[in-house]
Amino acid sequence: MIRLTSIDRTFTVGDEQVHALRDVSLAIEHGEYLSVMGPSGSGKSTLLNIIGLLDRPSAGLYELDGENVTALDDRQQSAVRRNKIGFVFQFFHLVPRLTAAENVELPLVLAGVPPSERSPLVQRLVGEFGLTRRARHRPDQLSGGERQRVAIARAMVMQPAAILADEPTGNLDQTTGKEVLHLLEELNGRGVALILVTHDAALGGRARRQIRMVDGSIQLDSGATRA
Amino acid sequence: MNASDTARFAWRSLWGYRGRTLLVILATSIGVAAVVVLTSLGEGARRYVRNQFAALGTNFIVVIPGRAETAGGGMGVLSGRTARDLTLDDALALLRTRRVESVIPVNLVSGEIWWKGRRRDVPVIGSTAGLMPIWNITMASGRFLPVEDPRRATPVCVIGAKIRSELFGAQSPLGEWVRIADRRFRVIGVLAPKGQFLGVDVDELALIPVTSAQVTFNLPSLLRVIVKTRAAEDVHRVADEIRRVIRSRHNGEEDITVFTEDSLSTAFDKILVALTLAVGAIASISLAVAGILIMNVMLIAVSQRTSEIGLLKALGAAPQQIRLMFLAEAAILSGVGGVTGLVLGSAGSFVIRQIYPSLPAYAPPWASAAGLGIAVGMGIVFTLVPAQRAARLDASAALSRR
Repeated sequence: MIRLTSIDRTFTVGDEQVHALRDVSLAIEHGEYLSVMGPSGSGKSTLLNIIGLLDRPSAGLYELDGENVTALDDRQQSAVRRNKIGFVFQFFHLVPRLTAAENVELPLVLAGVPPSERSPLVQRLVGEFGLTRRARHRPDQLSGGERQRVAIARAMVMQPAAILADEPTGNLDQTTGKEVLHLLEELNGRGVALILVTHDAALGGRARRQIRMVDGSIQLDSGATRA
Repeated sequence: MNASDTARFAWRSLWGYRGRTLLVILATSIGVAAVVVLTSLGEGARRYVRNQFAALGTNFIVVIPGRAETAGGGMGVLSGRTARDLTLDDALALLRTRRVESVIPVNLVSGEIWWKGRRRDVPVIGSTAGLMPIWNITMASGRFLPVEDPRRATPVCVIGAKIRSELFGAQSPLGEWVRIADRRFRVIGVLAPKGQFLGVDVDELALIPVTSAQVTFNLPSLLRVIVKTRAAEDVHRVADEIRRVIRSRHNGEEDITVFTEDSLSTAFDKILVALTLAVGAIASISLAVAGILIMNVMLIAVSQRTSEIGLLKALGAAPQQIRLMFLAEAAILSGVGGVTGLVLGSAGSFVIRQIYPSLPAYAPPWASAAGLGIAVGMGIVFTLVPAQRAARLDASAALSRR
């Protein structure tokens, strides 16, 4: 599904060129469960941003479902992102003015889905994630675990092919963090690819395939099939 | 994303920052209200002048001695000091013209009025009984100038309300003899208080028969002649006829200026419309200021909502959508502000109408429409830059912040 070939990403900081990613090649299949680990500054978030089309590689080729997505313009990339990728963030990133249900609904609104089709979808997801009683609450009235569940429901509402989770438990206590991770793994069990970025070896160790990054390069790939 | 969703999302954002939203709406509404109130004053002045002319009726012509070289007429024309006089005989000759109902000669001179040792400066008008309906004059007591041969220098006078009170106090002036210049006149009537009319304070006037004025003040020429036609449609035909008659009496020289009601009121109309435009334009400066305020607020909104914009991008919002969201916010802000301003401005001109009932201060529709249009236009134009900044935002950087 995802195929990265010789991806480079350099940032210019002052006069210096910083290599966030060096010659990264990676192939991810449908429904895979993959964790990306490494110390901070190793390039794992940059890798996730490039996979999520939030960032463009300086060099290299990125194919998503056989399509060269690096060649697409901003607008086309937005559409790909909207339809194929769900994001889960460490800090939830819920819109504070909107209720839980409205936050879940937001990707459908942006995609221009008519309201009559939106509400059954949202209701079903809110129920599935055990948020029915909290649906009308705003984020500041929700616990951390609930907020992340809202964020995961939002990531799922467009039925993406992959969920990109950047330290999804980093802002939660141990028990809640585990619950959230179980939830993500359950979704993975239903066939959604899960790419989990974490610096926590215990969490990352749960993934079937583990990637370790150091200084912008893949140092270890437990399940490298073909790249 | 459809239009109603965009509008709803924009509205929710504005509602999220109520205080700031209200302030911007207030600023915009003050700008629009200023446009409405100021243009309603200009329009009120225009209608006031219109009404004054309408009070005269549309079936009259004003003849002034001297030839206006330019449109309108300069000081020399109005003061009556020109090469050839417009005499009472000229005026009476016009009476024989077809379709003319009446001819009212008018003279104006400043004089003094005496009664029992009291003295007052007074503008004296020499005219005939025909002036009364033309000026819409009503009497407080007594009667107006007598209907008689205009060549007779009857020693009677009619005085304004102010002259009456200042000269006679509580006493009745009717039948009393006053002195104007060096002649004696019997007071036969007092005008009802009227105030300013066509630039003259009627309450301060003394009126005497036109020939009495010619004799008393030794005036060879009339200030003007008002010609009343039988029907309003006749004015232009009669005006041509007047020029012809005077030309034949003045050795073939057309040394008069003829005004019809429409040419006079059109001239005033043009001036006052220009004035209204000018004050409207000045008031719109405040709308530009409101626009800059909107730009400022939007720039703050973009930097405050950086992570939200990043999120929207991560959820698949295209740059165009982000830009549209901010422009929708600006449109709502300035639109609501503009409509509020229209309401405030209408209330303001309502108050003005209550305080000055004679001033029909209604904002012209074009001014209200322009005020609203400029407000919304400014709001959107000044948001283009902040909206573009939001659309170009680097989503990965925006999301890495809390």
